[in-house]
Amino acid sequence: MSASHTSPTANPQSPTYTGYLTGYVLAAVLSVIPFGAVMLGGLSTHAVMVIIGLTALIQAAVQLKYFLHIDFKHSPKENLFALAFAVVLVVLMIGGSLWIVSDLNARMMPAMGANMEMPQEL
Amino acid sequence: MGRLNWDALPFYSWVAFTGALVTVGGGLLVVALILYKGWTRKLWTDWLTTVDHKKIGIMYIVLAMVMLLRGFIDALMMRAQQAIAMGNEGYLPPEHFDQIFSSHGTIMIFFMAMPFLTGLINYVMPLQIGARDVAFPFLNAVSFFMTAAGAVLMLLSLVIGVFSTAGWTGYPPYSGAQYSPGVGVDYWIWSVMISGIGTTLSGVNFVTTIMTQRAPGMRLMQMPMFVWTALCSSILMVFAFPALTVVTMMLALDRTFGFHFFTNAAGGNQMQYANLFWMWGHPEVYILILPAFGVFSEVVSVFSSKRLFGYVSMVWATMAIAVLSFTVWLHHFFTMGSSANVNAAFGIATMIIAIPTGVKVFDWLFTMYRGRIRITSPMLWTMGFMVTFGIGGMTGVLLAIPAADYVMHNTTFLVAHFHNMLVPGALFGFFAGYMYWFPKAFGFQLSEVWGKRAFWFWFTGFYCAFMPLYALGFMGMSRRMEHYDVATWQPYLIFACFGAVLVLLGIICLGIQLWVSVRDRVALADTTGDPWDGRTLEWATSSPPPEYNFAHIPDVSDLDAFYEMKQTARTAPAPYEDIHLPASSVYAPLMGVAAAIFGFAVIWWIWWLAALSLAALVALTIARNVTGEPHVTIHAAEVAKIEGART
Ligand code: HEM
Ligand SMILES: [Cu+2]
Repeated sequence: MSASHTSPTANPQSPTYTGYLTGYVLAAVLSVIPFGAVMLGGLSTHAVMVIIGLTALIQAAVQLKYFLHIDFKHSPKENLFALAFAVVLVVLMIGGSLWIVSDLNARMMPAMGANMEMPQEL
Repeated sequence: MGRLNWDALPFYSWVAFTGALVTVGGGLLVVALILYKGWTRKLWTDWLTTVDHKKIGIMYIVLAMVMLLRGFIDALMMRAQQAIAMGNEGYLPPEHFDQIFSSHGTIMIFFMAMPFLTGLINYVMPLQIGARDVAFPFLNAVSFFMTAAGAVLMLLSLVIGVFSTAGWTGYPPYSGAQYSPGVGVDYWIWSVMISGIGTTLSGVNFVTTIMTQRAPGMRLMQMPMFVWTALCSSILMVFAFPALTVVTMMLALDRTFGFHFFTNAAGGNQMQYANLFWMWGHPEVYILILPAFGVFSEVVSVFSSKRLFGYVSMVWATMAIAVLSFTVWLHHFFTMGSSANVNAAFGIATMIIAIPTGVKVFDWLFTMYRGRIRITSPMLWTMGFMVTFGIGGMTGVLLAIPAADYVMHNTTFLVAHFHNMLVPGALFGFFAGYMYWFPKAFGFQLSEVWGKRAFWFWFTGFYCAFMPLYALGFMGMSRRMEHYDVATWQPYLIFACFGAVLVLLGIICLGIQLWVSVRDRVALADTTGDPWDGRTLEWATSSPPPEYNFAHIPDVSDLDAFYEMKQTARTAPAPYEDIHLPASSVYAPLMGVAAAIFGFAVIWWIWWLAALSLAALVALTIARNVTGEPHVTIHAAEVAKIEGART
């Protein structure tokens, strides 16, 4: 915990070229899937949203593992602590937003109800 | 040239034209002075290309002071307009008045307060933890030039084109392409986004520095209070600013590329804008206020000649504020129509923040209690803050009651409230820090007499300028009014204008203080490095500190490390060693220039230039990474010479 002059993110297992490449490919695939789900159409809005959410979560994990080299064995305690803090904040922000916006949605657009499909008029 | 043509020049009103002339004239005057004095080379090699945290810190504060002047002129113009415009149009046309409140708010938050606190943290924090620099010195320079690029765009909007009329919050649908088709909102978006990216990078840099670069032996619970507040503020920067970057980016996509995130007609929702904006916006006010709390903690302890009362509670209160600041953002849009349950939850969360803040105020008071208090100018700002901030905090708790907020929302009561928090809670803290650490940075003290005069004008001016606004809010006056026809408001507004004139005198005193102190710098010189009988490590080195800060990295075993050192006998210094420092670099200023050009090109739809400057930005980033980390070495003999000259 006290200040050493080596970086605390230094991982005993030094990052490898294949590691970055795997991460890159996985991240690309996980981006193509949600784009595809939206652009190809055919799925219900609800399903598309679930797909976007899930692939985003998985992608976050991929980036943490392959690009930032965080895992539960080697990372120093304060990095995991920081990560836990980040998780708390993300839950607050996303959870809070969902709560706020769905509440507004329920109150402001009763006619639409649960149907999120909006008329496409530009 | 995209949509740029001769009509962009500000011939639409004589006031705007004068503003443009002053801006251009001021710029030319500075350039002329630099050329006349032959400072060009010095400016480039010693300042613009530097990666020294101390010089970057000073540049940030210079930027903040310049922007404070501009932001204050805006404020004065608004006060004058509202004092006059009872039953008539006043001297400002509406579209110009709207630009002024938008630019005033944007400048004060993004280009005055943010650079000021980033500059203070930059200068002081590494010294306080006994480090030679921040963790990523080059990134630090990049952050500065991103902020400067944003500020340049901001100033440019006065000369070429117009600024946003959508307020500092830029709410759609008004800020969308349909209702604000010109370049104004785009200037707002890009200046805020570019400088925001710089701030995110600063946050990363400061967190890493505090976690990894502390002097050996300095445990977290031995860090000076200012370092703690810098840490929490930086964590907020890292987590909150991406929300701002994203929301301004989405608005830019809406406006420039016909997306419809916030356009109702095509399935977007402008409420999501308010949600995302304030998810950044509320933590932002704590980003501004926490470092000032840190300054007050240092000042109160030094000038009461006592250890800070309740250090541990102060640390926990700071952390609690940092976390809670992410749980309250809805209080900025209570009136948007959420159900009572949602409003109540966020209202209660808001009131809870008053508890850790109250803890801090009592800690400061108990630090003063039975201390040997020296009423210096930093101490005056601190005491003025405690009194005034208490009032602002109470009106804040009042506004946190959703039912009350429905009445006060969008009135001048709110304007009075947030100025009541930000002027003492941020600005007074920054002034206290400026006067407290100035002798450290330049080797001579600032004139106390003029510092105290500045304080009294600011303090009384603040009360005269903003207390009437509380009353006006109760009387039903909306904020952002260009003219009105309620005769009973006018006396209050004239009095508020008088208050702004007092603040102007305060600003003039600050200028005179600087002038007088530079003139008398020999008499005011600080040869000890410790003019205030300080307690923390920055006072252990000379004033100004050598480039490497500390010849020997200090060994820390206590809070108030330097105070402890002064109590114990000095051991003979160990032999000096070679010191390696990062070399200056031309890449950061070039990246700033490229970013400013990119912003300008996108604002005016000059796509070839946008592509070119973006390519330049990427190329510079790659080139810098390929060249690695050049270093310079200061040899032991030279260190011995510098240190020998000190005593
Ligand atoms: C001390 C001198 C200052 C004076 C006289 C002053 C005056 C004003 C005035 C007259 C307004 C417009 C009120 C209205 O909408 O009716 C305003 C708005 C605002 N001020 Fe200040 N101000 C000062 C300092 C500051 C500081 C230090 C900050 C921030 C750190 C700040 C932030 C803002 C913001 C965010 C707005 C809202 C702009 C908007 O409506 O979009 N001001 N101020
Ligand atoms: Cu808030």
